Amino acid sequence: MNEVIKKWGLPVAGLAILGIGWYLGLAWAPPDREMGDVQRIMYVHVPLQWMAMLAMFLNFVTAVSHLLKTKPGWKLDSMAESSAEVGLVLGTLGMVTGAIWGRPTWGVYWSWDPRLTSEAIMLVTYTGYLVLRRFVEDPDKRATWSAVVAILGAINLPIVWFSVRWWRSLHQVQSSPKTVDPQMVLPLRVSAIGLLLLTLVWLMHRYRIALAERHAEVALPEALPGSGAPNVHDTPKVA
Amino acid sequence: MNSSRPRPIGLIRATLTLLRKDLLIEWRTRARLNAIVFFAMATLLMFSFALGPDTRLLEKNAGGYFWLAVLFASVLSLGESFRVESENACMDGVRLAPADARAIYLSKALGNTLLLVALGTLLLPVMVALYGVRVATGFVDLGTVLLLGSLALSAPGTVYAAISSNARARDVLLPLLLFPLVIPALLSAAKATTLVLQGDPMNQLGSWLGLLLGFNLIYWGVGFMLFPRIIED
Repeated sequence: MNEVIKKWGLPVAGLAILGIGWYLGLAWAPPDREMGDVQRIMYVHVPLQWMAMLAMFLNFVTAVSHLLKTKPGWKLDSMAESSAEVGLVLGTLGMVTGAIWGRPTWGVYWSWDPRLTSEAIMLVTYTGYLVLRRFVEDPDKRATWSAVVAILGAINLPIVWFSVRWWRSLHQVQSSPKTVDPQMVLPLRVSAIGLLLLTLVWLMHRYRIALAERHAEVALPEALPGSGAPNVHDTPKVA
Repeated sequence: MNSSRPRPIGLIRATLTLLRKDLLIEWRTRARLNAIVFFAMATLLMFSFALGPDTRLLEKNAGGYFWLAVLFASVLSLGESFRVESENACMDGVRLAPADARAIYLSKALGNTLLLVALGTLLLPVMVALYGVRVATGFVDLGTVLLLGSLALSAPGTVYAAISSNARARDVLLPLLLFPLVIPALLSAAKATTLVLQGDPMNQLGSWLGLLLGFNLIYWGVGFMLFPRIIED
């Protein structure tokens, strides 16, 4: 029983909370005065973008920590890889939902608004980061180089976040409890918490795979008979 | 002074020594500068073919085309800048020298900047002739834009060139990493060049140059700090 809760507790809770949040958003919250029901995509779009930013920020933090760390190991690098991947998928979904909302609201799927442009740059930057990871075989070099690229790319993150405040253009300023009706804040918050739990589950899962891959890469010489390969940095703890 | 160990030399002297070495190698063949100049000229020519011979359109967008040509040429030039070191394991020799590893970054990035400034200087008369532009606000402004723009492409470009020169598929990797990153620099350099060429009645040139300066400060600083980690073994 304990094992089942440990394994399925967080994903089920995340799905349930996200379901409640979306139900509240789609059925309980009132339609927007100007946009009508179209506005309800906010309960999907905004949490996706929040979680994407969170994952990218985690990528930046783990990249810096990887460069600063003194003990050898692959945990930070694996976390950096998984957070970039998860963030890229969430950000892309956020951008697609934004475009779906943009069509009825602005009349176009895409405009060269600073927020949209900087978000697009961010997604391409992290695609480049992930491509780099695939093109470097040496795990040590891959970890260091991709950390450097992650730090250079992360300079764009505050630009994405503040773009709606710096350049007042088409995209509205971030919604907050002060600007949104309480009946809209509740579903938004519940959806965000649900998606946060699912993001964490996904991150942990991807992290375990990445760490196992790193260990498999560096452990290969040891598996060969008679090879006195140097010891692996830390023992695999993954199932 | 300990005579048994080599005396470490200062950052500035090491940078200048390495820069002189790179420029000397470049000067002896002039292969890289020749190649990128003709590549960039061909690019400028291609824009006019792709868009048709509409002189008004070409003149209006000249700043953007100019910087796109410089950006494309810079990718070739940056990719080459580490080739001299990767042949015969010269990078190991440079790293074994009793000098700060950051001097390698400064010398390479400055060398790339100088090459791009030289490229831009040679490209300008071609652009004036092909697109029929005139320089409205003066050559000092144009030189400032060219210098700041070249510095801005070289700072992150040198970091990425060092990484991609050692990775597989280096020819794809460098533009893939560099292009999205330099969009703010490309945007401000192109806008500033357009203002210099067409006049600046609203006095906007300063803010675009400020953006370029900020971009330079951030990326030269970050590149300077992180570069030693890239070339360490």
